[in-house]
Amino acid sequence: MADGVVRSKKTQNKTVARPRTALLTPFLSSNPCPDLDLCPRFSLSESRRSSSSRVAGVEDEGRTLEDFSAALAMNPFSSGTRLRDMIKAIRACKTAAEERAVVRKECAAIRSSISENDQDYSHRNIAKLMFIHMLGYPTHFGQMECLKLIASAGFPEKRIGYLGLMLLLDERQEVLMLVTNSLKQDLGHTNQYIVGLALCALGNICSAEMARDLAPEVERLLLTRDPNIKKKAALCSIRIIRKVPDLAENFSSPATSLLKEKHHGVLIAGVQLCTDLCKVSEDASNHLRKNCTEGLVRILKDICNSPYAPEYDIAGITDPFLHIRVLRLLRMLGHGDADTSEYINDILAQVASKTESNKNAGNAILYECVETIMGIEATSGLRVLAINILGRFLSNRDNNIRYVALNMLMKAISVDSQAVQRHRTTILECVKDSDASIRKRALELVFLLVNDTNAKPLTKELIDYLEVSDQDFKGDLTSKICSIIEKFSQEKKWYIDQMVKVLSLAGNYVKDNVWHALIVAISNAPDLQGYSVRSLYKAFQLSSEQVSLVQVTIWCIGEYGEMLVNNVGVLQVEEPMTVTESDAVDVLESCLTHHSTDITTQSMCLIALLKLSSRFPPSSGRVKEIITTHIGSVVLELQQRAIEFNSIIQRHQNIKSSLVERMPVLDESTFISKRAGSSQANISTEKSNQQLPSGASLKLSNGVAKPAASPLVDLLDLSLDDTPVPTSTSNDFLHDLLDVGLTNSSSSGVASASGTDILMDLLSIGTPVQSNTTPENGSSIKGFNDILPIAKPNTATVQVVDLLDGLASNGSHPGAQSPVHPSITAYQSSTLKITFSFTKQPDKPQVTQIHATFMNLSSEAYTDFIFQAAVPKFIQLHLDPANSNHLPASGNGRITQTFTITNTQHGQKPLAMRIRIAYKVSNQERLEQGQINNFPPGL
Amino acid sequence: MGIRFVLLVNKQGQTRLAQYYAEHLTLDERRALEGEIVRKCLARTEQQCSFVEHRNYKIVYRRYASLFFLVGVDNDEQMEYTYCGSFTHGRSKQFSSVIAYVAMGAVVDVIAYVNELAILEFIHLFVETMDRHFGNVCELDIMFHLEKAHFMLEEMVMNGCIVETSKSNILAPIQLMEKAS
Repeated sequence: MADGVVRSKKTQNKTVARPRTALLTPFLSSNPCPDLDLCPRFSLSESRRSSSSRVAGVEDEGRTLEDFSAALAMNPFSSGTRLRDMIKAIRACKTAAEERAVVRKECAAIRSSISENDQDYSHRNIAKLMFIHMLGYPTHFGQMECLKLIASAGFPEKRIGYLGLMLLLDERQEVLMLVTNSLKQDLGHTNQYIVGLALCALGNICSAEMARDLAPEVERLLLTRDPNIKKKAALCSIRIIRKVPDLAENFSSPATSLLKEKHHGVLIAGVQLCTDLCKVSEDASNHLRKNCTEGLVRILKDICNSPYAPEYDIAGITDPFLHIRVLRLLRMLGHGDADTSEYINDILAQVASKTESNKNAGNAILYECVETIMGIEATSGLRVLAINILGRFLSNRDNNIRYVALNMLMKAISVDSQAVQRHRTTILECVKDSDASIRKRALELVFLLVNDTNAKPLTKELIDYLEVSDQDFKGDLTSKICSIIEKFSQEKKWYIDQMVKVLSLAGNYVKDNVWHALIVAISNAPDLQGYSVRSLYKAFQLSSEQVSLVQVTIWCIGEYGEMLVNNVGVLQVEEPMTVTESDAVDVLESCLTHHSTDITTQSMCLIALLKLSSRFPPSSGRVKEIITTHIGSVVLELQQRAIEFNSIIQRHQNIKSSLVERMPVLDESTFISKRAGSSQANISTEKSNQQLPSGASLKLSNGVAKPAASPLVDLLDLSLDDTPVPTSTSNDFLHDLLDVGLTNSSSSGVASASGTDILMDLLSIGTPVQSNTTPENGSSIKGFNDILPIAKPNTATVQVVDLLDGLASNGSHPGAQSPVHPSITAYQSSTLKITFSFTKQPDKPQVTQIHATFMNLSSEAYTDFIFQAAVPKFIQLHLDPANSNHLPASGNGRITQTFTITNTQHGQKPLAMRIRIAYKVSNQERLEQGQINNFPPGL
Repeated sequence: MGIRFVLLVNKQGQTRLAQYYAEHLTLDERRALEGEIVRKCLARTEQQCSFVEHRNYKIVYRRYASLFFLVGVDNDEQMEYTYCGSFTHGRSKQFSSVIAYVAMGAVVDVIAYVNELAILEFIHLFVETMDRHFGNVCELDIMFHLEKAHFMLEEMVMNGCIVETSKSNILAPIQLMEKAS
């Protein structure tokens, strides 16, 4: 091959005039394929030097005086500009704006030339438009011109017309239908090149309709004698059967006969056609299995053993492309078919052992061959051969080869994981490679290789590497390590140890759900709580910049602070350490005041401080001081917490200890199943990846928040029944508490990510009761609403009063009513208020019944009251008639109306509704419109 | 073969040839895609491997002097991506796709992948073909004879599949046309 090029160089020795950088100049010292270094031409250093002095976006390489003078002498904007001059003018542009201006003028000229129906230039116009299209400018106005050119008689016109058609149009354009007739004529043309053009265009852009219309022509052309037409017809058929799979059977017997050809182009196209036939039709693949296997094996044998064939030779191998195609078709045929697999075993072994692996082309074939061996029911000997080839690839110095080896090993793992395990150390080395693509592949592979026996050493390796890895890679690496740790931890201590390590090395990259899981695990391991809080404390001293480490530490100090100070449950392996109460408070204080701490962390600090004030009575004075400093915080959330906690410390000493008791053990199984459930939901929805994280974290926090929901009821009970405090303060206190709750719900509305976490913290205050209520499919906010049916963010303020009223009058706590969804104020204007309440049958989650209540807020009565609603397509709506169309003034009467909605995408999309209300006030028509977006979640 | 696009870009990131196969992109999408790919590939060093994953493509690229040849092919993991779930979070999607992959316990589609090495070889064949025609081909040849470069590509690739691998067969119609004109 190299020879061929050198020879051609000598014969066409015309490279003197222009200083040019030949593309084939040996450029890379580490050329991925050493065999591709061809003859030396221009020196590399020169081209580099010139490029370094170049202003970005402007090209001077190879520009000569001649070019300049041409650009200046010609007026580039006359309609008769030659293509060459236009390109020169564009190249001469120094800025993007200049380029746009040139292109705009050129386009204007082309447009007017087109509208004048200038036949002489249309050829040139399309050529220009192609260039303009390549630069990324709109060229739709040239589409019709392409069609005209295609319809013209001359070959050059047709040539450029078809090229324009393929570049400027695609199958979605309606203009395309107009070309069907020209295509049909050209397919029947006597000139083979014109037929070739038409086939090529059809193969590149045909739509389903065109495929149906022109399939018979293509079928006929498959049987012609000219190989050039045959090969294109074969590839055209691929497009046709992809567009219209029903037509596949028509093509299966001509496809079979293509495999008997000698011409490589026809063979390669025929093999590809057969591959596609196999994909679309089971019948075709059976037919091919029966009739073609033998022929394919013979083709492969022929090209393997053929003597030097200069035309198809690449690095000493005859037509590697055909090799690869045939191997791929054999894989299709042998997949899941023992007889065929046995039949092709020999030839595969021959290819695998005879192909030279010192050239890229040879490696490409070996790679394909390995893939085929893995894909069919190969003998074990053959598989060993294949895995060995991969092993050889893996130790290759060339990064490309290593990349494909890793890729392949990933597939091989399902076939023979033992054999892949043997290469574990090499793969682990690849994780540390300098090339991001290789690292990523290797990491995925390592992840697949982890099993119970090697989890510990592998995790250790990965964590060690985490310390020194690139910043960019840390995210991927961390998430993999975390899931390995979660998946393969057999003992809790190991799990906690590893997580603490990861958190302190790359805490900023750890996903929320991972550290949530850690907290759940710690709370479930009573004998390790002391150990955990101590090791977290130690880790915190060393790396206090890692957000998630800080958060877990704060939580643990809040919960298990006394274990830290009193050295409770010291394990034998631990080094003794002394931490005083004030040390623990120091940690929290430093976190709270650190400049980079976010609000979530600060809120967690406040909670932890409140808890410590009861755990460490001597420090409570200091805690109170710290909390007091935040009473004036500009962040509403912190201010509110500080004020509330301050009043708890000051005024409610008697209940404080029970308020800040340790969290109930978080239910691990619920948490895990929630997590699994959320991932399943994600699988089913197949949402884009951006949407997933928020969904996952929301669902995740359910698991945590849920058990906390019912204790609040207990808490309310407690405050009403047991406390000996005077009623006035009891109300106050209740108010405080509800405020706490309401803050949560509103903050979760605003910033759901942090809000839910806070919710988890706050709701868990003082809950000595073990909760085992697990409401079905509730979100955290909904769970909360179970107890406080009023806690919808936007109506919160109004309804606190309602609640307190209710409490005062009948003393029953609101949990008893527990409607599934809180009612909402759907619409409110100065004249009209609409409230919705919801009922749902438990067995039909999609169906919701809404009872709407309309209230007139103005002083005049409404007549002819009509309510209309519109919903998105995925929702079905059924309106029942209203009970009246007359609405008395000043809220003295109500209209109610019931409607049923069915959310066909329940759980994926929230409800939304547009409403329109028409009514008459003293015979004048009024119209009000609005949109309702505040439906409670879960409808 | 599943070639989705062939892109020639110079060192400054200017497109010099672009051909898409069965790919429906609007002009803006196309510009954005090209920009992203070029940024990603041109930033890589020569020691790094020639394969980059981007969106649902795998890009096989190779540099010849001042020109980058980028070929976008179907990413074989594309199918698995659709199952991605579990701990999905932006960058970790790769990982979850692998979980799904293992969970499915099967090679998803025996031919839904491409041979990257063969694509590299294809790029080289394309360059050699142009070299044979233009003689010491350089960026300017491709710029000023864009249509010829397209003709060659058209003879080599049709609808994303390789049609012809013999240089003289590829060049025959073009030379005929030159003779005629």
